[in-house]
Amino acid sequence: MTTLALEESAGFDRHTIEYIQRAAASGLYEIRGLGAKRRVPGFDDLLFLAASLSRYPLEGYRERCSTKTVLGTRYASRPIELAIPITIAGMSFGALSARVKEALGRAATELGTSTTTGDGGMTSEERNSSKTLVYQCLPSRYGFNPDDVRRADAIEIVIGQGAKPGGGGMLLGQKVNPRVARMRTLPEGVDQRSASRHPDWTGPDDLVIKIKELREITDWQKPIYVKVGATRVFNDVKLAVHAGADVIVVDGMQGGTAATQTVFIEHVGIPTLAALRQAVDALDDLNMRGVVQLVISGGIRSGADVAKALAMGADAVAIGQGVLVALGCNSDTYVSKDRHISAVEDYAKLGTAPGFCHHCHTGRCPVGVTTQDPELELRLDPMVGAKRLKNYLKTVNMELTTIARACGKQVVHHLEKEDLVALTVEAAAMAGIPLAGTSWIPGRTAL
Amino acid sequence: MANMTAPEAVKPKPVATERPPAKLFDLARDKLRDLNLFLHTRAALEGAPHIHVNNPDGAHSVACGLNANLDVHIHGHVGYYAAGMNQLASVTIHGNAGPGVAENMMSGRVHVKGFASTAAGASAHGGLLVIDGDASLRCGISLKGADIVVGGSVGSFSAFMAQAGRIVICGNAEDALGDSLYEAVIYVRGEVRSLGADARFEPMNETDVAAVSMLLDRAGLTHSPKEFRRVASAKSLYHWHADADQEY
Amino acid sequence: MCGIVGLLIKRPALRDQLGALMVPMLVGMTDRGPDSAGLAVYTAPVPEPSHKLSLYSGANQVDWSQLLLRLAKELEGVHEIAPTGTHAVLTSATDPDLLVSWISRHAPAIAVLSIGQSIDLYKDVGAPADIAERYQFKSLRGSHLVGHTRMATESAVTPAHAHPFTAGRDFCLVHNGSLSNPHLVRKKLEPLGIRFETDNDTEAACRFFEWRLREGDDLRTAVQRGFSELDGFFTFLMGTDQELLIVRDAFSCKPAVVAETDDYVAIASEFRSLAHLPHIKHATLFEPKPEEIYSWRI
Repeated sequence: MTTLALEESAGFDRHTIEYIQRAAASGLYEIRGLGAKRRVPGFDDLLFLAASLSRYPLEGYRERCSTKTVLGTRYASRPIELAIPITIAGMSFGALSARVKEALGRAATELGTSTTTGDGGMTSEERNSSKTLVYQCLPSRYGFNPDDVRRADAIEIVIGQGAKPGGGGMLLGQKVNPRVARMRTLPEGVDQRSASRHPDWTGPDDLVIKIKELREITDWQKPIYVKVGATRVFNDVKLAVHAGADVIVVDGMQGGTAATQTVFIEHVGIPTLAALRQAVDALDDLNMRGVVQLVISGGIRSGADVAKALAMGADAVAIGQGVLVALGCNSDTYVSKDRHISAVEDYAKLGTAPGFCHHCHTGRCPVGVTTQDPELELRLDPMVGAKRLKNYLKTVNMELTTIARACGKQVVHHLEKEDLVALTVEAAAMAGIPLAGTSWIPGRTAL
Repeated sequence: MANMTAPEAVKPKPVATERPPAKLFDLARDKLRDLNLFLHTRAALEGAPHIHVNNPDGAHSVACGLNANLDVHIHGHVGYYAAGMNQLASVTIHGNAGPGVAENMMSGRVHVKGFASTAAGASAHGGLLVIDGDASLRCGISLKGADIVVGGSVGSFSAFMAQAGRIVICGNAEDALGDSLYEAVIYVRGEVRSLGADARFEPMNETDVAAVSMLLDRAGLTHSPKEFRRVASAKSLYHWHADADQEY
Repeated sequence: MCGIVGLLIKRPALRDQLGALMVPMLVGMTDRGPDSAGLAVYTAPVPEPSHKLSLYSGANQVDWSQLLLRLAKELEGVHEIAPTGTHAVLTSATDPDLLVSWISRHAPAIAVLSIGQSIDLYKDVGAPADIAERYQFKSLRGSHLVGHTRMATESAVTPAHAHPFTAGRDFCLVHNGSLSNPHLVRKKLEPLGIRFETDNDTEAACRFFEWRLREGDDLRTAVQRGFSELDGFFTFLMGTDQELLIVRDAFSCKPAVVAETDDYVAIASEFRSLAHLPHIKHATLFEPKPEEIYSWRI
């Protein structure tokens, strides 16, 4: 009897072999959607210390646990008031269909939270369906205009995002349909090249002036957010504060995109866990906690993640990929006329399967989420999508309050980092949280 | 780079009885916030479409976010983002402008009598930006449909990633003119030190000559359109996967 | 992350007003740099073989007259100290290297900010207006100056990290921008005997020029070489005992405006800082072009 010699290499595993063979065949880098897929230290490596003999829990239902969240109190005369600390992250019309944008708006409005435009401008679907809309100002300035600035509830100046800090937006020709092309002032069907720097300012000293311009244009009413992809987070947050931001959004490397080079997604930027610790440290260093609010994003999935983020010092989170999954991303079916219809074949046509798909860049989304194709986009019914998203975010919020109550908090924002412990040395070091059962924080305290 | 001799501060004009009186602000004494708030909310209502601003002294964001048929005159040099996101208004800067003058303009007209710093007309969608003197680097960067006429020369990387619109340059251009150009068209009269990626010279046709003639006229310049050369995109960067068919 | 200011007086009679003219320029750059400020002023030179050393005691209280007594006892030569709070100018005919080494051994809490025959250097943490008041900047006299306001980027807000950085004798540099290869530059220069005091990217540029000047390049040649070896974004403003010099990188994303009259040359990141200078309405105004070196001699 012979046994097969099937010894896989860790360095040259099947995945790597396929990558090299594809590069040899095509001479092009791989482009894909979603965020970093590889395992990095994250919220799963943290645990809560809940009530015990020394700390008393709250009763569910009867004893209130408040989730009200206010963002943008520093300078704006009309800060953003949210019912829950869970917002919907910036995703472009172009990456997503207009029907999806409507679904996001409807769900957010029902739950009392905000949505955010993306690198393609504001659609009427989103403005009309979303009660609280944050309007992004990106390096490309696609579709950016003063009427929408005045219609927005807040402006978010984007310096970068976690999936590709230092890179610009990307939309392949197949998704540049007539409407997208018109909004972005591009020829139809052309692969969009995007700027990685803002056209009219570079550096925090000029950002001071840019922020003031936007305040002047909006008569100082609307909060100005500044969003960075997670790299030198400690310095960037300090500079954003100095530059005058009301709210800072930090997007870790697990953050998603609809299209960028794989090599960017997996190898540039730092984990959300480490980014969050640095951001909070920077605010504390400047004594700005509570004055400038912090939103963290990049792979936030569940109420446990939200609770951990708040405990570490964030004021709110933004969810992107999780929201899309709730709408049907990577589901084996889509809903049409109240029936579930299998999409497995369409995944197979893309060379993938439900649970593994990251093909947002193709515009052939089998469930109608990240597509501009007129047939495919019908697979996402905005009302059905809104309902599913509302269910998901409600669940997340309930998980958050369950954990908060178990830790004895009447207000979710009273969660503190001392409620947390770490499971691994790496997570303890990155998060600045002691290893469970010890008082050791590698790099900060002695063993 | 052109220099600018003394712009005179305006004294209140003698008022003709038929016209509404001109409104005067002095930024040496008045707050920028009060000026911009007036321009945003009261100017159109008060029927005071003519506004003069003295002593800007390099202030930023002067007359930004306008959205009415106003006629604003700024007497002196301004800082960054003067007339930023302008709609409908006519803004004349009797002096030099800092970075980003008329950035993201949607309509209307902005006229800089002196020179303009970097990123003049950045990402502007419509309207006309006229610069009598030189413009610095990145003039018309990310242009999205507006027209820009520069009486002098422009700096490097001008019209970088310009998507739509027209730029008329009466003087010279430095390096990388029109790098990554989409559909915007550049007309240049003087020397071009170098073209950017995917930009090329093309012959002028009748439409081009007519367009240049019209734009020069609107800018108050008298050069002959025949002296201009057309620069446009070779469109070879429009599709990344151009070589993907060559599999081995 | 910064604002820069420079001023060179052409008409000698105006040299008494150098400080008074400069203070509003510096304060005008506070929005760009609220954390710390620094200034190098070039006065009438002390005669050979004397040098001036600018000393800074930081948070430490120093009895400057005590220091003078100890110096007089332990090192040969005539020494004078002119203190202003935490700052003092030490004038001495003793070899400056001996003085520096004595100070580092016997008074290590004192930082030597500059050495030269004309240069006096001030830097401190705080708002530019407060720093100007603290050291009475308005009373400064001299032929030219280089000033800077800082918003801290990659390194900590300490006086040491404030600009200007100095090298050798009478040379200083301020920088607006961000260099992307400062650590490589440092790794290259340290084995060549160049000493670094901070991890600040501007210091890497300063030490690069220090190296090239040491190797015999003139300043313009050194700057030319800098275009290929210093990566990133910069507007550099430099001073020597004779000159003021400004240069911008090829992208020129960091701003600079120059105003020139028969009486002065004034430079700042924004025109705002120049608007109140005398006869500014008749000045020649321009923005330096990328990769061109502009300099003025006193």
